[in-house]
Amino acid sequence: MSSQAAVSAQNGAGAGANPDEGEQHDVSVVPADVLPGGALARKQAAPAPAELGPRARLWPSLAAVYRAQLSRARVARIPLLFVATFQSIGIMILMRGVVDGGGEAQAVVAGSAVLVVAFVALNLLAQYFGQLRASGGLDHYATLPVPPAAVVLGAAGAYASFTVPGTVVTALFGCALFGLPVAHLWILVAVIPLAGAALAGLGAALGLLAPRPELATLLGQLGMSAALLLGVLPPERMPEAVRLARDLLPSTYGVEAFARTFGPHPDWARVLGDLAVCVGVGVISLAVATWAYRRAAVR
Amino acid sequence: MTRERGGGRDPVGSFLVSTRAAQGFRHGDDVVCAVRGLTKTYPAVRGRRGVPATPEVRATDDVRLDIRRGEIFGLLGPNGAGKSTLVRQLTGLMRPDRGSVEILGHDIVRHPERASRILAYLGQESSALDELTVSLAVETTGRLRGLEARRARAERDDVLDELGLAPIAGRPLRKLSGGQRRLACFAAALVGERPLLVLDEPTTGMDPVARRAVWSAVDRRRADRGTTVLLVTHNVIEAETVLDRVAVLDRGRVIACDSPAGLKEQVAGEVRVDLVWREAAPLHVPEVAALRDRVVESGRRWTLRLAPEEARTVVATVTGGAAFAALDDFTLATPSLEDVYLALGGAVRQGLVKA
Repeated sequence: MSSQAAVSAQNGAGAGANPDEGEQHDVSVVPADVLPGGALARKQAAPAPAELGPRARLWPSLAAVYRAQLSRARVARIPLLFVATFQSIGIMILMRGVVDGGGEAQAVVAGSAVLVVAFVALNLLAQYFGQLRASGGLDHYATLPVPPAAVVLGAAGAYASFTVPGTVVTALFGCALFGLPVAHLWILVAVIPLAGAALAGLGAALGLLAPRPELATLLGQLGMSAALLLGVLPPERMPEAVRLARDLLPSTYGVEAFARTFGPHPDWARVLGDLAVCVGVGVISLAVATWAYRRAAVR
Repeated sequence: MTRERGGGRDPVGSFLVSTRAAQGFRHGDDVVCAVRGLTKTYPAVRGRRGVPATPEVRATDDVRLDIRRGEIFGLLGPNGAGKSTLVRQLTGLMRPDRGSVEILGHDIVRHPERASRILAYLGQESSALDELTVSLAVETTGRLRGLEARRARAERDDVLDELGLAPIAGRPLRKLSGGQRRLACFAAALVGERPLLVLDEPTTGMDPVARRAVWSAVDRRRADRGTTVLLVTHNVIEAETVLDRVAVLDRGRVIACDSPAGLKEQVAGEVRVDLVWREAAPLHVPEVAALRDRVVESGRRWTLRLAPEEARTVVATVTGGAAFAALDDFTLATPSLEDVYLALGGAVRQGLVKA
C-alpha cells in the first residue's frame, strides 16, 4: 500500500519525462513509511530529465531535405546538367558512325540516356557528400534530430530528379537520330527513379566512405567512366571479362531495361527483371549510404 | 594594499558583469550541463610521404564544468586549446574516451542522439547551407528540428525579422559576406527553440550591428525562456562583455573557471605597462637597462607586467629622465582576460585575439 504511494509520488515527479520500468521498481522496494517526509520531498525536488524536443519524422524531413537539395541543385548544378546532356548527345553523334541501327543503336541510346543519370546521381552526389563530410558540413545535420535516412534519401532523390530533363532530352534526341520508336519512352518514368536510386545510393556511399574528398571525387568519376564505357558500347563487341564487369555495374540494368523497350515486341518480364535488380541495388546501396552517414556524422 | 586597489580598479566592468550574472542566475542555480572527467586523445599519426608524423594529442584532458541555467558560459583559449573538441563532445558529435556529459538530466555520452533534441549547435562551418537562400536555410533547419511546416515558416519569418535578415532572405548564403552568412547560420540555430544554445565563435566576421543583433537575440531568449548559452570564443573583448562565467582552456585542460571579474581579480596585483620606443630602447639609461630581462620585447614595443607601485616608478622614470627622449608612447592598463590567461600559464607565445 505504502509502496504504491511512493510509486505514484515518483510518477508525479517524473511527469513529462517517461519514467522507465527500472526506476519505478527501484522506488517501490523502499517502503514509503521508512522515508521521512523530508527525504521524499528532496527526492521530488531532484530534477527529472528535461523533456526532449520533438524528433523530426522521416517523411516530412525527407521532404524538407529533398526540397532544399533541389533548390541547391537549381542554383549550382544547371551548367553541369547541360554538360551531362551535351556529353551524352555528343557520344550518340559519335557512335552514329560506328553502329548501324538495330540492337546496337538501341544500346547506344539507352546507355547515353542512363549516362546522364550516372553523371549527376553518382558522380556529383559522391562529390557533394565527400566535400560535405570533409568540410564539417555534416555536423549541421548531425546536430538536428533528423533520421539519417532522410538526409541520404532526400539528397539522393533530389539528385536523381534533377537528371529527368537531361535524360528525356537525350532519349528523344537519340530516338530521332537513330530512328527508334518513341512509343515506349514512358518506361523512363520507371528507369530514371530506379536507376537513379541505385546510382545515387552508390554515389552517396562512396562520398561518405571515402577518407578524403579528392578520393570521393575520383571514385565518382571512375564510376561514371565505367557507366559510360560499359553502358554505351554495345555489349556484343566486348571481351568476356569486360562483359562480366558490365554485369556488376548497376547502371547496366537500367540501360538494358530501357534498351529492351525499343524492340517491336518488348519482353516485359525481362524489363521488370532488370528494373528489379536496380531496386535491389538501390535498397542495398542506400542502406550502406545511411550507415556510412551515421558513421561519418559521429566520429 | 595593492590587491585591494586592484579589486576596485575597474568599477564599471565589474558592475556590468555582476548585474549580468545576477540576471543569469535568476532562474536558480540548477546545472544545465555537467561535465566530469572528460578526456579525449587523438592517436598519434604515422608520417607518410609529404605528411609529417604527429604525436598523440590529448585534446581534452579531465575537463570538469558546470554550466548553470540562464547563463552565458564561455570557453576561452587560443587556437588548438581544445575548445572545439570539447564542444563536439558536448553536442554528441564526438565520443570521449572517458568521462561523462549530462545535459538537463540526459547522459550524452551514452545517448549522443539526444543532444540534437536538447540543444542547438552553431558550428564554424556553413557548407551544408551555403547554396540555399537565407530563408530556405532557416526554414529547412526548423523542419529538421522537428517543427511542422506552418510553424517552421512562422518561426523563420520571426527570426529573420528579429535579426534584420528579411531584406536578404531571398539570397543564397554563398553570395553573402562572411558576417551576413554567419548571421544567417545563427538564425538557423535559433529556429525551433532549444533550452541550450552551443555557439562556436558566432560573431566571427560580423560588423557591430550584426553583433548587437546576435547578443540582443540571445538576451531576449535568456529573459523570456531562461535559455542557456555555451559560447566558444577566442575574442577577449567579447568574452569580457558578454560572458557570465568563463572557463579558460589551455592544451585541453581547464586552467581557470570564474566570472571575468573574478578571474581578473586573480591577477589584480599586476598592471601591464607598454612602452614604445622611437627607435631602440635607451639601454644606456641604467633604470631602463635594469628592466630589460623582465620585458617581453616585440620590435619597438616593450611589455611589462608589474605591481602597481613598481609600474608607477617605471612610468615616472621613463617619462621624467633621460629615457623620455627615446620614448614614443606608453600605456598603463589594468589586467584583461588575456593577462589572466598569460598569468595562469597559458602557452605564452600564443596570445588571444583582441578585436
